[in-house]
Amino acid sequence: MTNYTLKINGKKVTVTADEDTPLLWVLRDELLMKGTKFGCGIAQCGACTVHVNNIAVRSCSLPISSISEESITTIEGLSENGTHPVQLAWKEIDVPQCGYCQAGQIMTASAFLKVQPAPTKDEIREAMHGNICRCASYNRIEKAVKLAAKNS
Amino acid sequence: MSQNKSLSLSRRNFLKTSLLAGGGMLIGFNLLSACKPEAILPIDISKLNFNDFNAFIKISDEGYVTIFSPNPEIGQGVKTAMPMIIAEELDVDWNKVSVAQGIYDPKNYQRQVAGGSQSIRFGWDALRQTGATTKQMLVNAAAKQWGVNPSSCYASQGIITNANGDTLGYGEVVKVAANLEVPENIILKDPKDFKIIGHDITNVDIQKIITGKPLFGIDYSSEGMVYASVLRPPAFGDKLTSYDDQISRSINGVLDVIKFGNKIAVLGTNTWAAMKGKKAIVSRWEQDTKLESTDDHNFELLKILNGNKFKTNREDGNVKTAFKNADKIIERTFESPFLPHNCMEPMNFYANVTDKKVHLVGPIQTPAWTSGKIAKILDRKPEEIHLEMTRMGGGFGRRLYGDFAEEAAQISNIIKKPIQVIFSREDDMAAGTYRPAIKYRIKAAIKDGKLTAYHLKEAAINGNMYGLIANFFPAGCIPNYKVSTANYKSNITTGAWRAPFTNFLAFAEQSFFSEIASELEIDHPQLIIDLLQNVKGTTDERIQYSPERMEETINLVIKKSNWGETPEGVYQGFSAYYSHNTHVAEVADIELKNGMPVVKKVTVAVDCGIVVNPLGAKNQVEGGVIDGIGHAMYGDFSFKAGTPQSVNFDKYRLIRMEETPEVKSYFVESNLSPTGLGEPGLPPAGGAVANAIFKATGQRLLKQPFINQLEISESKILG
Repeated sequence: MTNYTLKINGKKVTVTADEDTPLLWVLRDELLMKGTKFGCGIAQCGACTVHVNNIAVRSCSLPISSISEESITTIEGLSENGTHPVQLAWKEIDVPQCGYCQAGQIMTASAFLKVQPAPTKDEIREAMHGNICRCASYNRIEKAVKLAAKNS
Repeated sequence: MSQNKSLSLSRRNFLKTSLLAGGGMLIGFNLLSACKPEAILPIDISKLNFNDFNAFIKISDEGYVTIFSPNPEIGQGVKTAMPMIIAEELDVDWNKVSVAQGIYDPKNYQRQVAGGSQSIRFGWDALRQTGATTKQMLVNAAAKQWGVNPSSCYASQGIITNANGDTLGYGEVVKVAANLEVPENIILKDPKDFKIIGHDITNVDIQKIITGKPLFGIDYSSEGMVYASVLRPPAFGDKLTSYDDQISRSINGVLDVIKFGNKIAVLGTNTWAAMKGKKAIVSRWEQDTKLESTDDHNFELLKILNGNKFKTNREDGNVKTAFKNADKIIERTFESPFLPHNCMEPMNFYANVTDKKVHLVGPIQTPAWTSGKIAKILDRKPEEIHLEMTRMGGGFGRRLYGDFAEEAAQISNIIKKPIQVIFSREDDMAAGTYRPAIKYRIKAAIKDGKLTAYHLKEAAINGNMYGLIANFFPAGCIPNYKVSTANYKSNITTGAWRAPFTNFLAFAEQSFFSEIASELEIDHPQLIIDLLQNVKGTTDERIQYSPERMEETINLVIKKSNWGETPEGVYQGFSAYYSHNTHVAEVADIELKNGMPVVKKVTVAVDCGIVVNPLGAKNQVEGGVIDGIGHAMYGDFSFKAGTPQSVNFDKYRLIRMEETPEVKSYFVESNLSPTGLGEPGLPPAGGAVANAIFKATGQRLLKQPFINQLEISESKILG
């Protein structure tokens, strides 16, 4: 077990973990930040998406030992009280059904809009293709991303 | 035909009103006690208790209202829609309403089940009565305070007004109201006066969902809780002979390794340690019962279809004679694979078994059934079981079965610690309660240009279609009609999967009718409408669907989809299906891209009676359609010697964003009582797509998934 100091949502935190422990389980089980979700464990579904230096990353496949100075943002730290344009758009469009995958969808969408602030429909679909929504709220996700882009 | 009967709330049905220590009133009703469900649900669900349930309303002195939603929320939207119905009749401002999930409480709530798309249908009258009776009590309390006749007062938006124009808020009269007699013969609102029902209401949990607040079962934790990862038999039919846990125990964070039944649990200080510990166990298994493969299932099901050991579910006229006299007979066999549910939130459950009580927390569609089973397993009294339901990251039928909760309770009972069992995705897919593979053989007789006989044979695994399905369309439409079923017993665990049986039967039937329509040289929707005329005015009470409502639904989809008027290169397929008391018709538009069909758009028309929450209703219908297309196109799951061949999303393909068509949904305007929407949008989707593919390529798809069957059309590529 090793001590790791991480920068999560603007705050420095120190945790003790085995070096191969994925960031996902550090967030969920050590820091009790339950917003980042476990879906597949092999980076195939996107439920665990967080930002590492503003880039969308699958936290289920990111060992804690590979992180040092990077700035990590989770759904809990995306905004104060859910006021990020993507979160507001999700609310306005009423995207979720079960809601489980949505934190990952929101994190993927918000990282994408940073690099592509005015995406086309096809670009949105391509960017969001890696995130599974088993309830198939895909069309509302597309609409919400478009709306967030407009309101950003 | 199924209609909700109006209920009257009598004194004895009423539980009590009580003043709360912190102010305000808590009101409880014993609901639905007079309502016997007319519908018998799918075999696996029908064993559950469907009798009564209750709802609670809490009103604070300030006029804020809390409504407890008794039924489990799996993403079908009942946690929003059920309280909307109470709030409508209570007549409060929705902004002053908060919704809380009721716990499993058999004394005060019943039918706490999410299954069969029945929550809204069974809840409708009772929830309205609850709201309206409470409103009348508040009005009576205000009238008493003013010394006027209650009939001279009215209430709206949480405020009671008398003839002089004086007003009192609900919160100001709750204390008086709580001590009043419960009024009877309550008048419900005229639907035209609805202010909440029929309006778009956002998911009540939206803020928590978008900000990542703990909400789901997997998010639950308690002081001292440890995590459990369970090693289960690698193949259905395997038995544990021995294991070595030495390496596992040496892993940082692994606390203990225990055997329970035919399984091994690894306990860890975190999920990762528990999962790693499980992988490090060296286990030996031997064959206990048969080890089945997909080839075996195909062989057995075809053997059934070719044999004569069937049970008759329904028979009209004389099918045998009609086939003998036919000008032409068409016979097709439709085949589907097993399917896992793949809820995005993997199965999990929390248990803390102590001498005093058994505390359970987690995502479960059947809290009553599961609590009962756990009480039996642990040999505890039912009242010692305390089960809290969380929001569920999908259900689709998987969370009807509480095997994961039973595991949690068993493990906690052994180690005497609070624990959470978490399935990895591989565990989740390999230890399923799968939609079993099924085969249908449909045979039709044509004589003098008319459909004279229809014989549907079902070869299924571990159970057959539930009783009502034989009375769905086309029962009553064709003079000689027969439904025969038989099944094969497998040791692979199977169960309900979103729209049990109909999720594949609808595809088989509506693909077959598309072919019959081609044979008769008539448009597919017109053939269905013509057949529906034969059942209008029927006195056969077994018939489940309404021909009038189905016809109207079909006409709506024809209009909205511009059926038959599409531009070149767009091919349309039609499908209509009644299930879970709701009528649905769909048209799929496809185009060919490099010879491969691409679903571009689906138009769907629905008659579910009154639409309680249009925003949620559209989400359900559209999700159901895309889910139906996804599984028809890609859903493939096979076994080799009892072992599932795909256990994660790298091998098991689910529909994703770029394959998702546009979905346009329309609802038939109606004042009839609402019916459910969690399932009915799904069944027609596969047929609509298959029928569109036929128009584009000339290929009739008889097996799912389509992706394994599609023949790329060379001419279309060149063309």
